[in-house]
Amino acid sequence: MMTAAGPAASPKLAGRRDFEAIGRWIKPGARVLDLGCGDGSLLRYLRETRGAHGYGIEIDDAKVLASVRNGVNVLQADLESGLSGFDTDSFDHVVLSLTLQAVRHTERIVREMVRVGREGIVTFPNFGYWRHRMQIFMGRMPVSKELPYQWYDTPNIHLFTIDDFEIFCAGHSVRILERVVLGEDGSEVRFAPNLLGAIAVYRFDNFAAA
Amino acid sequence: MPEGSVGTVAPQFMHFDQPIALKSGARLAAYDLAYETYGELNPARDNAILVCHALNASHHVAGVYADEPKNIGWWDNLIGPGKPVDTDRFFVVGVNNLGGCHGSTGPASVNPETGRPYGGDFPLVTVEDWVECQARLASRLGIERFAAVMGGSLGAMQALQWTISQPRRVANALVIAAAPKLSAQNIAFNEVARQAITSDPDFHGGHFYQHGVVPRRGLRIARMIGHITYLSDDAMAEKFGRALREGVLKFNFDVEFQIESYLRYQGDKFADQFDANTYLRITKALDYFDPAADHGGSLRASLAGAQANYLVVSFTSDWRFSPARSREIVKALVDNRLNVCYAEIEAPHGHDAFLMDDARYHDLIRAYLERARA
Repeated sequence: MMTAAGPAASPKLAGRRDFEAIGRWIKPGARVLDLGCGDGSLLRYLRETRGAHGYGIEIDDAKVLASVRNGVNVLQADLESGLSGFDTDSFDHVVLSLTLQAVRHTERIVREMVRVGREGIVTFPNFGYWRHRMQIFMGRMPVSKELPYQWYDTPNIHLFTIDDFEIFCAGHSVRILERVVLGEDGSEVRFAPNLLGAIAVYRFDNFAAA
Repeated sequence: MPEGSVGTVAPQFMHFDQPIALKSGARLAAYDLAYETYGELNPARDNAILVCHALNASHHVAGVYADEPKNIGWWDNLIGPGKPVDTDRFFVVGVNNLGGCHGSTGPASVNPETGRPYGGDFPLVTVEDWVECQARLASRLGIERFAAVMGGSLGAMQALQWTISQPRRVANALVIAAAPKLSAQNIAFNEVARQAITSDPDFHGGHFYQHGVVPRRGLRIARMIGHITYLSDDAMAEKFGRALREGVLKFNFDVEFQIESYLRYQGDKFADQFDANTYLRITKALDYFDPAADHGGSLRASLAGAQANYLVVSFTSDWRFSPARSREIVKALVDNRLNVCYAEIEAPHGHDAFLMDDARYHDLIRAYLERARA
């Protein structure tokens, strides 16, 4: 079964560079919902560094168990069946970390993120990164630190670039509040982000509701 | 003795002189509770776990009796030294609930006012009443606060109620295969079971003890109905299918299909050991359980004073208390910003899955209790 929280979208990003960027946006004591929380590392990080009170959603049995061991609140559920169990504005932040490219119903999940949360935060591997472009230029599907899968066994079904995401937001009443683009080494990329950025981190809300 | 068993255990009894006012308005001046304990209460008295039983179980949760080596505790696969509920670390308490038929005061006990068994006069009891009794027992055992209160099905309802009635006395609640209240369908099954018992000519309005009889036919049918609801269609198909006991149809009303044989066996076994009046009362306690009812129907409001951390577990094939019912509980906990982990275990066994030895399920309980202990 292909689900958003199925195989880790980017398992090799252990010690995840996007955590710090996300953490900077989380106010102390904030309520956080982490979609596809994996082993709960981000929630644990946000609790320890920001005092955040969070819940994670995860479908995979082994990851649910790992989250329990990590001492975080984990709720076993399939993201794709929606967040209808959560009330509107019940969280300060709804986070989707390195998972959006593996979600089937992209529009629905983004809409739900800004309904359930006052703000959404997504991080994703930038398909427009120059290393990916090079591989395509050479006639192959990209395999990289950010996209570590072969084309035939990847959970990533909706690959997209930084520019794609911003056009998507503009067309879906999603207002981008902040953006940080990171290079392979985790340093911030300011110049030509769609070419030089490996990971994009966005904070956004619902433009229509604002 | 198999590895991981708490070994030979013995029931204990505690007498209570302090009257108890039941939710029904009835009052018992005095009562006894049967209980068992495993492991050691530590000097800080903070390692106690209360295990609440469901419909037909008792305080005999783990181990065996010296004179009944085959009478293994009903949750022995989960509880013992080195097991997920590790009796090397935790002090585990099992209690037979008030109104029961395994040693605690119940309908078969002698009513001091009449000198005869209470029978049909024994008051109806509720989950809240049981929690009150368990809390009193805990106080007498020197347990101010449980590290965890846990149970499956009706036992899980007690664990949930603990966090509402005694919020300061429970650190963690393990709420397994539960529902926040029964559905009309659930109550309907219970009512058929009760009708089976009360319409048995041997029932005598609950005073059958005086007539030297037991409403066996009613109990058997009640148990058969219950048993059907505990199993999933798939589990029954897997276990019995349409298999015939003697290989051929006989065109009569004796046992033909294996499932019939199984139900009759379960019914007979149950009728030999369970009290009809207790069964009636326990099914009523299930029907009555509805913590939201006192809060305008809001489960969220009913849990507003709760302080515990929760592990909620459901099983995919459980149609009696389906995962959707557990998600109602989870939502109310999340709405109250309480700490909760929720797991949906893929298991074929139906409602009975909570009693099974399933690695994913048991690993989860072990992990949760380890973190609770940390």
